[in-house]
Amino acid sequence: MAPFPLDLASLLGKPGMYAVFLAIGFAFGYVLESSGFNHAPTLAAQFYFRDMRVLKVFFTAIVTAMLLIFAAAGLGLLDYNAIWVNPTYLWSGILGGLIMGAGFILGGFCPGTSLVALATFKLDGVFFVLGGLFGVFLFSETVQSFADFFYGSYYGRLTLMDVFHLPAGVVALLVTLLALFMFWGGEKLEQKFGGKPASQGALRRVGAGVAVLSALALVFIGQPTPAQKWARLAPEKQTLLDQRQVQIHPGELLASLENDRLVVRMIDVRSEADYNLFHLRGAEHIPLEDVPAAASSLLMDAGDNVLFVLMSNDEAAATEAWKVLVAESVPNVYILEGGINEWLDYFANLDEGIQPLVSAPQDALRYAFPAALGDHYNAADVNPHAVELEYTPKIKLEGKRGPSGGGCG
Amino acid sequence: MTTATQAHPKKRARTSRLSRQARPYWNAYTGGILLGLVLFASFFLTGSGLGASGGLSRYVAFIEDLVAPGHVNQVPYLIKMAGGERNPLDNWIVFVTTGVILGGFFSGLRNGRARVETNKGPGISTRTRWAVAFLGGVLFTYGARMARGCTSGQALSGGATLSAGSWVVMFAIFGGAYALAYFVRKLWL
Repeated sequence: MAPFPLDLASLLGKPGMYAVFLAIGFAFGYVLESSGFNHAPTLAAQFYFRDMRVLKVFFTAIVTAMLLIFAAAGLGLLDYNAIWVNPTYLWSGILGGLIMGAGFILGGFCPGTSLVALATFKLDGVFFVLGGLFGVFLFSETVQSFADFFYGSYYGRLTLMDVFHLPAGVVALLVTLLALFMFWGGEKLEQKFGGKPASQGALRRVGAGVAVLSALALVFIGQPTPAQKWARLAPEKQTLLDQRQVQIHPGELLASLENDRLVVRMIDVRSEADYNLFHLRGAEHIPLEDVPAAASSLLMDAGDNVLFVLMSNDEAAATEAWKVLVAESVPNVYILEGGINEWLDYFANLDEGIQPLVSAPQDALRYAFPAALGDHYNAADVNPHAVELEYTPKIKLEGKRGPSGGGCG
Repeated sequence: MTTATQAHPKKRARTSRLSRQARPYWNAYTGGILLGLVLFASFFLTGSGLGASGGLSRYVAFIEDLVAPGHVNQVPYLIKMAGGERNPLDNWIVFVTTGVILGGFFSGLRNGRARVETNKGPGISTRTRWAVAFLGGVLFTYGARMARGCTSGQALSGGATLSAGSWVVMFAIFGGAYALAYFVRKLWL
């Protein structure tokens, strides 16, 4: 598994983890202040094209961090799935952003910059922070009145790669070129409107060249595929499969479904035809070939009380899906032991029409059904209290690595 | 007389540190690269990006929990931060936000920029500037809560991880500010 990000809580304990966050915040504040972000007129000048400092600092930072993040992920050092990628809530994001823009041009700060202004005794910054605290209070009191809007238009962990169907390297290259174009345009604008002298210095061109070359390198390195990620994990995780530590008995699945503290996501990875013939009630249908694409949304829903149980007719397809999800860092993924066939070995007798076949190929249904009734069979929705099954419990729930929320909780 | 001269040197050292010639800010691109390195370090080590407004929320929840704990337990948005036995300050973002204040103070102090002043456009009074700054703060964090993050937590951090929603928020922030700039130009020009 990619060694970064670190699990700081277990490495350093809570005080150590918080010390790291304090140090990161300190560096953040130091850089903000040193970049001139405690001076509101400079920040506001951005919006009159007189001083494009905000644009330059901001997009240089984004490009720098982006190139390093995707280089580290491309080289297998950083697990992109374990870092916080802001989920997309489209309309509340747009309206909230517009309101923030109004606050920006009126107040001359954003929250981070107002904090360094306060820290350096700028009274306008102090008033902005006080207003900010009041704004939080106001929001917490009013959000219930527009909860549908606030929680609506949710797209999960949606990235620009998903939107444009482009690999990460190509998106990074486009973002880099966009930033350089804005720097060029910004410098022209501040010369025209701000009376600034034309910028000098070859170093800027060198920097631009380094950024473009790095982005091009990202295109060629690419990002690891699920298969490559699995290859890296295989030495550690294959043992779990071989020792059958992740194949749970039908009885353990039934017990988990009964457990109120667990959210059980059953994922049926078989063909649509098989799914329509018979599936467990509540099982989602994600065919094996669609599992890689579904991984990011499953990751978003993951947590230390969320259990994913994969199932196919036997175990072959479910095992392939398991490898994909584990490679994508989804926690608490298990396989239904023996698949739907073993389930039916126990429960086919609940329905008169379900008959065993004499023989069936590997990972195909071993039962015949009178009709494609999906989950409208008794065997699809077994009452856990009506059956006594003996099994060895195997589920060990673990938390998601990395943060469970962004800097916005 | 003697007591005064004894007390003085220390005092003068402090005032001179606060009032000495302010050093110029960094070059914008240099500042941007260093900010990018801090942001990358944050993601690389902890998996989280940077943030500022999230810490403010938790300060508010903390204060409300002191003043009116019963009320906190009725407002869903506050419950998840400060409901019951939860301490709203027991969260990583609070330490980032606190660090921002310390880091900003230290940088300002080192460079002679930590001084009591009000920065404003030439056309308005100091009191107007304070009032509008307060209003701007109210709007900004209200919008930041609605969009689930501010310029740091959404635009900067989500921009670097290529979150689609964060790029939308980023353009909305800049779009909103540019759209309104002309109408409030008296504040700044």
